[in-house]
Formats: sequence, C-alpha cells, structure tokens
Amino acid sequence: MINVSKLKKGIIIDHIEAGHGFEIYKALHLNDIDDVVVLLKNIPSKKMKQKDLIKIETDMQIDMTVLGLIDPNVTINFVKNGEMYKKVKLTLPQVVNGIMKCKNPRCITQYEDVREIKFYLVNEEKKQYRCEYCDAFTTFIEED
Amino acid sequence: MLKGRHLIEPNDFSLDEIESIMQLADNIIANPEGYSMVCKGKLLASLFYEPSTRTRFSFEAAMLRLGGEIIGFDDPNNSSVSKGESLGDTIRTIECYSDIAVIRHPREGTARLVSKFAKNMPIINAGDGGHEHPTQTLTDLLTIRKFKGGYDNHVVGVCGDLLFGRTIHSLVKMLSRYQGVKFVFISPKELQMPENILNLLDDGIYKETTNLDEVIGDLDILYMSRVQRERFVSEEEYLRLKDYYVLDKKKMKSAKKDMIVMHPLPRVNEIATEVDDDPRAVYFTQAKYGMYVRMALIAKLLGVEDKNDKCI
Repeated sequence: MINVSKLKKGIIIDHIEAGHGFEIYKALHLNDIDDVVVLLKNIPSKKMKQKDLIKIETDMQIDMTVLGLIDPNVTINFVKNGEMYKKVKLTLPQVVNGIMKCKNPRCITQYEDVREIKFYLVNEEKKQYRCEYCDAFTTFIEED
Repeated sequence: MLKGRHLIEPNDFSLDEIESIMQLADNIIANPEGYSMVCKGKLLASLFYEPSTRTRFSFEAAMLRLGGEIIGFDDPNNSSVSKGESLGDTIRTIECYSDIAVIRHPREGTARLVSKFAKNMPIINAGDGGHEHPTQTLTDLLTIRKFKGGYDNHVVGVCGDLLFGRTIHSLVKMLSRYQGVKFVFISPKELQMPENILNLLDDGIYKETTNLDEVIGDLDILYMSRVQRERFVSEEEYLRLKDYYVLDKKKMKSAKKDMIVMHPLPRVNEIATEVDDDPRAVYFTQAKYGMYVRMALIAKLLGVEDKNDKCI
C-alpha cells in the first residue's frame, strides 16, 4: 500500500468511482496549477471495493461544478491546519458554462467557434441539460 | 418596451408585448398609408443563408411598405461567408451599416448566437434549422386573432412533420402560454413532436395520434405542415412519409363548421387544392397577415411607430 502524507491544507476529493479520477483531474485543470496534487487510483475500499482519490494542497478556490456532472457521489473535504473543517455533498449544477458541448449535429455550435456554451439543467435523474442555442437536450458524458 | 430588443424565439416577449404588436398590426391593416413612411431612412439587413420565398419577400415588402430600405443576400455564396468569415464578424460588420437585421440560417441556434454580437442592432430570427421561426408564430397569432377572436380555450390540431417543423415548435410554445389551449399532435411515429417541446407542456393539455380522421371533428384550428425534403438524410424515408396526410374535401366534411385550416406554406401535397375554396381554408390570408405583422414588429423594434401619433 502506498502512503501519502496527511494534508495540512487544501481539498480532498474522496469516494471517486474507480477510473473517474483522471477525468476529474483533467476537468478541474489540475495539470495547470503549481500546487501539490496527488491522484490515487484503485484504492481498496470497503464500501466501493475500489475508489480513486485526489488531494490538492492549495489555498486556491477551485470550481467544482464539473464534479457533479462526472461523479455526483464523490465527497469533497476541505482541510485547514490539518483538520477537516467542511464537507460538501455534490448536486448537479443548475447551469453549466463552458464545460459541456452540444451533441445536436444541427446545432450552430458544431460549426462556429463558440467557446462558452451555457447548459441549463432540465432533468436531474437523467442528468439532462438544455443547450442555450438550439434547446436540444444533452447528457454529460465523461469522454467529453 | 420593444425598442432595440431581439426576437429569437416567441418566449423572448411577454404576452403584453405580443399584444402590443398585434394591436399595431391591426392599426396598420386598417390604415396602411398612415405607416408608409415611418421607417424612412432606416435600413434592414436581410441575411438569408437558406432559400426562402415568402419569409424573405414578406420581410422585404414589410420594410419597403414602411418606407425603409433593404440590403442583404439570399445566397451565402455571394457573401463573405464563402471566404470563410465567421458569423460574429459578419454581424459586427453589418451592424456598421444597418439599423435592424433579419437572419435565416440552416443551423439551429444561429440567431441566438449572432444576437450576442449585435450591440445596437435588433436581430430577428427568420428561421434557424428545425428550431424556431418566431415571426411565423406572430403571423399565426394574428391569423387566429382575426378568425377566432382570441387565443384562449381552443383545441389546436397540429399535423404533419412535428419533428423538424420549426414553425410548429414556435407556435406550440407560444399557444401553451394562453389559457385553456389543448393540443392534438398528429404525425407519423417517425416525425413526432420532440421531447424538448413535450417537456414544456403539462400532460393533460396534449395528446398524440397518427390518425387525422379520428380527431378532426374535435378541432377548432387545424395547422397543417409540409414534410420537408431538406431535413431528411434519406430520400427513401422522405418519399415514404411525404404524403402521409392529405387534407381533402372528404376529410373536411368531418370538421367543425367554424374550424380554420392554417398552413405556413409552401404546400406540397398535404392540402388538396380542392380545399382552397372552402371558407375555412385561411392559409393565403395567413400569408398576407405575415407581412403586416412583420411591419408591426420592425416598427416596434426600431421604436419608430410613435412618430405616427394619429394612427396609434
């Protein structure tokens, strides 16, 4: 078992379904920050059998919107002075901006360079979002 | 206040704002001469990236009848688009010359996108793929207002291509905002109303069927639509579905005496020409109202109608 030292400050993203850790790493653009980041894959877990986990030693605020889309079951623990001071349970965001792409082949965003497309949550159960341009429903898929 | 606003989809305007357009259209119909110069000195950019006869002509006729002028194209190959210019750059350039712009484009969501680039020029969506066609909706509302006296409590049958029919999507979204309106969606299974429209409606206010004969007697308004060849990838599929419904004299016998038949036109085979003489067939009058309602819309968005105090 690999040991990673206890986090003094920052964020622990826990209970990530095994295999989703790298998706979250990419979606949060963790490659672009200078702080210490640890991604652990396939950790044995009693509840989940296996899970992924990310530790970020940082003071920065990180936009967690995308997490709810990729894996709404993860928990986020905020750590200060070596102690967890806040735990956040995720929900699907009402509005997603600049993360998703419209899958309607007839949508103008497939043809023009539109960088930030807003999507509005329409069905929580199906994780369906409505494109602000063509109104087509799109479901967030991790490969995006 | 509609001055300076965009019309991308019918829900962009409140019911009161739509009513103000209808009232102005009524005034223009009653006294067209009184409005013949209200847009003098104003320029409308007519940007048609897709073929259109009546929508383009009705917009251009509307602007000319208000005393304004027109620039534009009806073939994108004759514009900078053929050089690879983005829509954003096209609109920002056109805004340097024009007071208002009308755009039709085959891609869904185009009008919403270009409206983000236009800072001081109202954008009117004249159809974006199979998505929306809000000025056809205004035309339809004016027609219903004229022939049925109002919008509330009608049973509206919508027949044909409900999947790709943008005029239908816009109309259903609009009419669902009025009291007591019920819909009967009549289409082949392959061309049923899309989920994103059905989701906007309460379960109790619509039903879906494939059989026009069974429901025609219940309708106050029958809105026919064309199966659009240009929306199909497969020619074989188009040929199979294009004559699925043909409204003829025999079917009209089962309809109410005061039911009206509407159609956004152009028609292919879905309404037999023998129906044209039936007083309930109002689609050509509907086309005429399209010009008047677009005159009212242009005047409102440009904020020019107040100059004509006598006529308001």
